[in-house]
Parts: sequence; structure tokens; C-alpha cells
Amino acid sequence: MFDSKKNFDVWKVVSALILALYGLFLIYPLFKLLYNAFFSNGQFTLEQFAKFFSQTYYIKSIFNSIKVSFLATLLTLAIGIPLAYFYQMFEIKGQAALQVIIILCSMSAPFIGAYSWIMLLGRSGVVTQLIEAILPVKVPSIYGFNGILLVLALQLFPLVFLYVSGALKNIDNSLLEASENMGCSGVSRFFKLVIPLCMPTIIAATLMVFMRAFADFGTPLLIGEGYQTFPVVIYNSYFAETGGDHNFGAAISVIAIIITAIIFLIQRYINNQFRFTMNAMHSIERKQIHGLQAVLINFYCWFVVLLAFMPQVYVMYTSFLKTSGKIFLPGYSLDSYRFAFTHLKNAIPNTFLIGGLALIIVIILAILIAYLVVRRNNAANRVIDTLSMIPYIIPGSVVGIALVMAFNKKPLVLAGTAIIMIVALVIRRIPYTIRSSTATLQQIPMSIEEAAISLGSSKLKAFFTITVPMMANGILSGAIMSWVTIITELSTAIILYNLKTITLTLATYTYVSRGNYGIAAAYATILTAATVISLLLYMKLTGNKEISF
Amino acid sequence: MSVNIKIRDAVKKYGDNTIISDLSLDIKEGEFFTLLGPSGCGKTTLLRMIAGFNSIEGGDFYFGDTRINDMDPAKRNIGMVFQNYAIFPNMTVEKNVAFGLKNRKLPKDEIASKTDQFLKLMKIDEYRDRMPERLSGGQQQRVALARALAITPDVLLMDEPLSNLDAKLRVEMRTVIKQIQNEVGITTVYVTHDQEEAMAVSDRIAVMNDGEIQQIGTPKVLYQRPANLFVATFIGHTNVIDAKLKEKGGKAYLVLPGDYEVEVDTIRKEEIYDRNVKASIRPEELVVDANNKEGITAYIDDAVFLGLNTHYFVHFENGETAEIIQESKIDSIIEKGSKIKLGVKTEKINIFDETGSCNLVEGVVNDYDIYKKEA
Repeated sequence: MFDSKKNFDVWKVVSALILALYGLFLIYPLFKLLYNAFFSNGQFTLEQFAKFFSQTYYIKSIFNSIKVSFLATLLTLAIGIPLAYFYQMFEIKGQAALQVIIILCSMSAPFIGAYSWIMLLGRSGVVTQLIEAILPVKVPSIYGFNGILLVLALQLFPLVFLYVSGALKNIDNSLLEASENMGCSGVSRFFKLVIPLCMPTIIAATLMVFMRAFADFGTPLLIGEGYQTFPVVIYNSYFAETGGDHNFGAAISVIAIIITAIIFLIQRYINNQFRFTMNAMHSIERKQIHGLQAVLINFYCWFVVLLAFMPQVYVMYTSFLKTSGKIFLPGYSLDSYRFAFTHLKNAIPNTFLIGGLALIIVIILAILIAYLVVRRNNAANRVIDTLSMIPYIIPGSVVGIALVMAFNKKPLVLAGTAIIMIVALVIRRIPYTIRSSTATLQQIPMSIEEAAISLGSSKLKAFFTITVPMMANGILSGAIMSWVTIITELSTAIILYNLKTITLTLATYTYVSRGNYGIAAAYATILTAATVISLLLYMKLTGNKEISF
Repeated sequence: MSVNIKIRDAVKKYGDNTIISDLSLDIKEGEFFTLLGPSGCGKTTLLRMIAGFNSIEGGDFYFGDTRINDMDPAKRNIGMVFQNYAIFPNMTVEKNVAFGLKNRKLPKDEIASKTDQFLKLMKIDEYRDRMPERLSGGQQQRVALARALAITPDVLLMDEPLSNLDAKLRVEMRTVIKQIQNEVGITTVYVTHDQEEAMAVSDRIAVMNDGEIQQIGTPKVLYQRPANLFVATFIGHTNVIDAKLKEKGGKAYLVLPGDYEVEVDTIRKEEIYDRNVKASIRPEELVVDANNKEGITAYIDDAVFLGLNTHYFVHFENGETAEIIQESKIDSIIEKGSKIKLGVKTEKINIFDETGSCNLVEGVVNDYDIYKKEA
């Protein structure tokens, strides 16, 4: 197995190259961020941190973020876990459609939900006006804390659903039967057996949801009004600074990284308390339900899912309305689309060019990294594994700020180019594909590759002609998630983009913030259409309805 | 608290597909009863109907005098061992065993003492704090059995419990299972496709094929006097040889390949007339004639020496092949290509009608016959 000098191992080169890439595009920017946080004009200073901690405005934003993220996470668990349980245990009307809608909900850009809810429940929202016209009540304000909570909970519970569904599928039916056999069924079994069995997944989902809620910046920006959250503060203070070094932005970013790292470590610690493996020989069979139970369960599932899907549908609907400037007029027209296609013409091709290139790089790198991590488990490759997961937990705006700081000056000026957008998208979105590829590769026995090698194939050829095709479905299940999050990416891109590199998501955001809801809706609808088509294509291509997170 | 199980006219359907039609069965109190058959014969389906995990489309199931058709699986008081053990991966060995007891809301000290008792009985008390993934297959099997027995069930159901173990462990564990069952004295229904395993553990066996019971009997009866050709070939190994039955002066003669005729005095009187038959002759029921004079002419194709026995693979003059088992002798093995004569142990062999559905030999006991007459 040891490679002598003449038996040169190409994987060592690959390993070194990937390390170099991460060094340049992740370590160096993060180092630069750290440097700028502590050094101003070459002088060590804690001035920025003193500024942060001396103003209640900043500290309050952290507490606001934690509070709203924590409650949103609890809500998503309360909605998502029962939904997943019902979905896997019982026959529900329109099961397949329900799942597709849930996946679509999980994939839409969060701020689209926020602005749609404003149109529905805002001050002059359709539902608000309807209720206030009929009933003598005042609809509670959607702006601020309540609104963020509502949007985040409805936006993120599909993630909990998808996570927990996956775990439930791994529970062997005979475990449930064994429990029933010993006198434990129904609700008691749900709490005593099913929840504990899903615990590792629930914890993972909790972290994922919390991180997303904590880092989400589009939602509070649109609907938060006076309720300041941390990501918005990062963004605002970054753009408020005129200097090239952005010292205060850097300092806040460092604080953000520390907070997320703490949360991550807590999750790691809790997760270590629940370590066991599951492997389902026979997965759970869905049971027929009747009577009142059937009505209630079906109602619950469809109600929460449609509620989460409503904003998207409403956005699509408004994209076909007649508009005059910022106001919707009675009647329908395609004017919004006409405008969308003639202004910001770059947005559509950019989305697919920049996104497409990023996706290709993501897939190639993810396959290589999966191979290194699974088949060549050595120190260097474990470092790559860890590095590749860092951007998964750092807030997007922080990644953006770090990249700008690193590449807005010589020797390497990338700021404002498509390259920096691609780099950001790749490092932010590659973890999905790496995870799914790694998981698949772990299940493919080495002996298959060895068989190919013993039949005269070279190591590289054996990997690419035998193993990679076997991994295909696994790679794609992560790649679809990478792709959809690439095209809906906002928090990093908003710091890096300019008019030349604007994408659909950014265009949507631009018009939402200008109040041109009709045009924004047109962009958002094109984006949703792209998501739906990608998803359908993926399902058709792989015959798979699973998506990897 | 062991009970007898009574099943009458059971029917199982998946949609329009009938898996089991009209099956009846009695399992005695304290009996070790095995459902044996090839995969897809309906044995697991029947077991799961007893357990309550499969719906019952027709017929009645009783534990003692209690009809259990509509009883919740949780209330049937059944201990079940699953094919993959179904050990809760998130609980220690001890918690697994205590799980059923806790659900009965027993007092704490009783739970502790019972858990202890069964951990010791299954010789796993040293692993009580281990997580299941750190147990070997045999240990997991013991946990599964301890967990099933701890709740003092009325009936113990086992669904191919040994199929995930390696050959040696399988033999070891089946002895353990048999011993424990004897000790506890609980009515046990055991499902397997391994006939040797079934013979080793069972008091009685029901051989199933295509959703129907072919024969119920003790291992000895099934092996020596199978009710039909399916049972003869499924239990143990046998040579099925096309032959003729001839009646001469009230006596029955079997005409084997090469027109070798032997008298058989085991055929039932009413079955003796000239007819085509299928003779089921087990490898040990064929004897190489030492003088090489009398018997079926055969040629040795191959010889396999296995220590105690030597197996010979031969073909007859008509091209049919057969296997013979002889106790190994100290002198040399008969060489390949040799021409030999084969005699037959007539009192042991079984002779079936041409369709193979009926054994013509006296002494066939099939406990399932009573249900056929009922119907």
C-alpha cells in the first residue's frame, strides 16, 4: 500500500492542491478578517471591540437574534416533528404532492417569504384589509419580532420535516413492533421510543435551523423594522464604514464567528450524548387511518404545509398583476415580466452562468474531497474535511466581508468580479455535496474498486469509471441542494455583487427594497420556476425523492 | 402462564392476492412448534398474524379460550424475537430488557429483579451497561431473547432468529434457545427455512409451501414418513427415482432403473396395483452391494470423503443421477468410473404416487389431516 517514489501517488497532489485552494480562499480571508479586527493602521487595538460592547444597541441585537432564533427553532420543531411522524407513519391524502411542496418550501429564499407576508399581513396587506373590513378587530402588526418569528418558523420547519423524515426512514419497523409487543404503542411510543431514536437527527436539525435563523439577514431586514438583529447590524455597519479596512465590520464578524462556534460546540457536546447507529432492514410501513383521526391528521399536515407555501403562491400571483410604479392595479398583465427582462438584463444569464460554474466546481471538488476523506484518511485530508465544513456554520455576510477584505487590494484583486462570486458560492455551498458524496462513498466497499484494479484498471480509472458512477445518486442528492442554495444565495452575494454580476435573487431583493413589488415578484417567480425545474429534473434523472442536507 | 394456540380457517390477503387460504392449526401448551418452509411460503405472514402485526382477513385465532383477532398487539402478551433482533440502538442492554417491564408499570424493585433474572438466565449480565452496537451477533440474540421473555409472555414468537448468525454460532444458539424454552416451558412458535435447525429445536414442525401446510409432525415422522414428495425433498436430502409398482400374488414389487425388482412390504394394501410411482430413496438408504452382483447398475461419477461418511455421486444406465452416503471404510474409496450394484433398504424408503402428492407407505402420520376432513 505504501507508495514508493517511483510509484507516484496522484492523490497526494490533489490533496495539496485542495489545501492550497482552501488556504487562499478561506484561511487567508479569515486571517485578514482577524487582522483587521485587531489592527488598525498597523497598530494593535481593541478599540473596535470596546465600541461594540459599550453600546447597548449592538449587544441588544445579539440578544434579539438569539431570542428570535431560539423561539423560531422551538416552533419549527413543534411543527416539523409531528408532521414528519404523521407523514411516515400514516397514509395521507396526496402524499407525494405534500412532499414536493414541502421541499419547494424549504428551498425558497427566506426573504421572499418575508416580503410576501408583508403583502398579505402588512399594514396595507390583502388579508389585513380584508379582516379589518369585515371584523371590528385590529390585526396585530406583522413587523418586528412577531413577523420575523412567523416567517422564520414557516420557512424553516420544512427542514426539520426533511431531517426527521430521514431519521424515521432509518428506524426499523421491527423496533416499533417490538415496542408495541411490550405494551408500548401510540403516543407513549412516540415519546419513549421514536423521539429518542431520532434524537441525534433532531439535534442536528435544531442546530441547522438555529444557525439559519441566526444568520438570516433578508427576513429581519425587510420585516424587522425596529427590531434589530445581529446579521442586519453586521451588514449595516459594514456599509456604513467608509474606510477600506472596515475594522469595525471585521470586529463584529469575529464576534459572529465566536457566537456560532460556541453554538456549534454545544451541539457537538450534546450530540455526543446520543451515539448509536441505526440501520433499517424493513422500514416503517404507512398505516391506513380512518374517522376523526384521519381528518385531524390530514388537516394538520395540509394546513401547515399550505400555510408555508402560501407566500410563494401569492408572489407568483402578484407577478401577473397590472402595476403602476409601486402600486398594484386591477387586472392582469405581463408588464412586470417585460420590465424584468429589459432591465437588469444580466440577472438571468448571470444566475445560470455564475451558478452553473460554481456548481460544476462544487461537484468536482466534492467528489475529490469525498475520496480523500473516505479512502485516504490521513491528517492532511482530515484538515480538508474540517475546513470544508467551516463555511457551513459561519454566517454568510461574514464570509462575504472576509472575502472582500482579502481580495480588494493587490496582490490579488478579485472584488467586483464574477470570480469572487463563484468562490464565495463554492465554499459556502459545497458542504451539502461533500456530505452526501462522503456518505455514499462510505457505503461502497473498497473491494469493488480493488476488483477493477486487479482486472488491470489504474487506480484513478477505477475510481472514475467504477466508483463515481456508483456514487452518482448520492452526489446529485447533495448537488441539487448546493444548486438551489446557490441560486437563492443572498447574504454573501449582497456584499460581493455589482451591476455586472447581479443575480435573480439580488434583483428580487433590489426591487423589494425599492418597493417595486410587482417587478420583484416577476424575478422571484422566475427564480421559483428555476428551482422547480431543477428539482423536477433531479427527480426525473435520479428517480430519487431524497435530498441531502 | 403458557397457553395453547388455536387457529381456524385463517385467511390472509394482500389486495386480491391470497397468501394463505383456509389454514387451521393447534399448538399445544408449552410446545416448541416450528413453521418451516421455503421463502415466500407464508410462514412469517402466519407468525405476524399471530403477533397482530398483519391483519387477519378471515378465520379465528385463539390463545386459550380468548379470541385475539381484534386484540391490540400490545395487549396479546406476546414475547417476540425478530429476525434482526430489533434491539433499541439507543438503550443499553439492561434498558432493553427492562423496557417491556417498565411499560407494565411494575414496581421498581420488581423491574430490577426481573431484569436481573433474565440477564443472568441469558448469561449477559456482564454486558448490562453496554450499548447494542458493541455486542456481537450472538450477544444481541441473547438480549433479544431476554427482552422477550422478561415480560413473562403467554406465547413466544421467533421469526428466523438465527438467520443473521454465522454457521457455528447458529448451532450454539439453537441449543441455547431449546434449553431456555425447556426451562421456561413457554408455548413457542418458531419460523425458519432451515430444516436442520427446525429438527434440532422443535417438538413438532409444520412444513408449509405456497401458503398451505403440507404436514405437521415430529421431526422423526417428517423425515422417515413424509406425507408427500415436497416434504420428502424439503426435509433432509433424497433421491427421487421414477419407478414402477407391480402386484404379484398380493405382494408389492418395486421396479427400479435397470429393471431391478425388490419386494416392498410397507405399501398400504389398497394402494397395491400396477402403477407408475416416484420412489424417494435417501442417500443412506442406497447400499453398495459388496459382491457387486445384485441391485441397480450404477457408475461412480465422483466421490467425496467427509470423514465419518463418504458421499458418492453416481448415474444409472438410464442417465438418472443419485447420491449415496456410505460410512467411510478403512480400505480405499471406490474409484471414479467403477461399475457398482446398488441395493435398497426397503423398510426405510418412501414411495409416492405419480404426482408425488400421496405417500403409499404405511405409518404416515400427518396431524394436519384432521383439518382437511373438517373442511
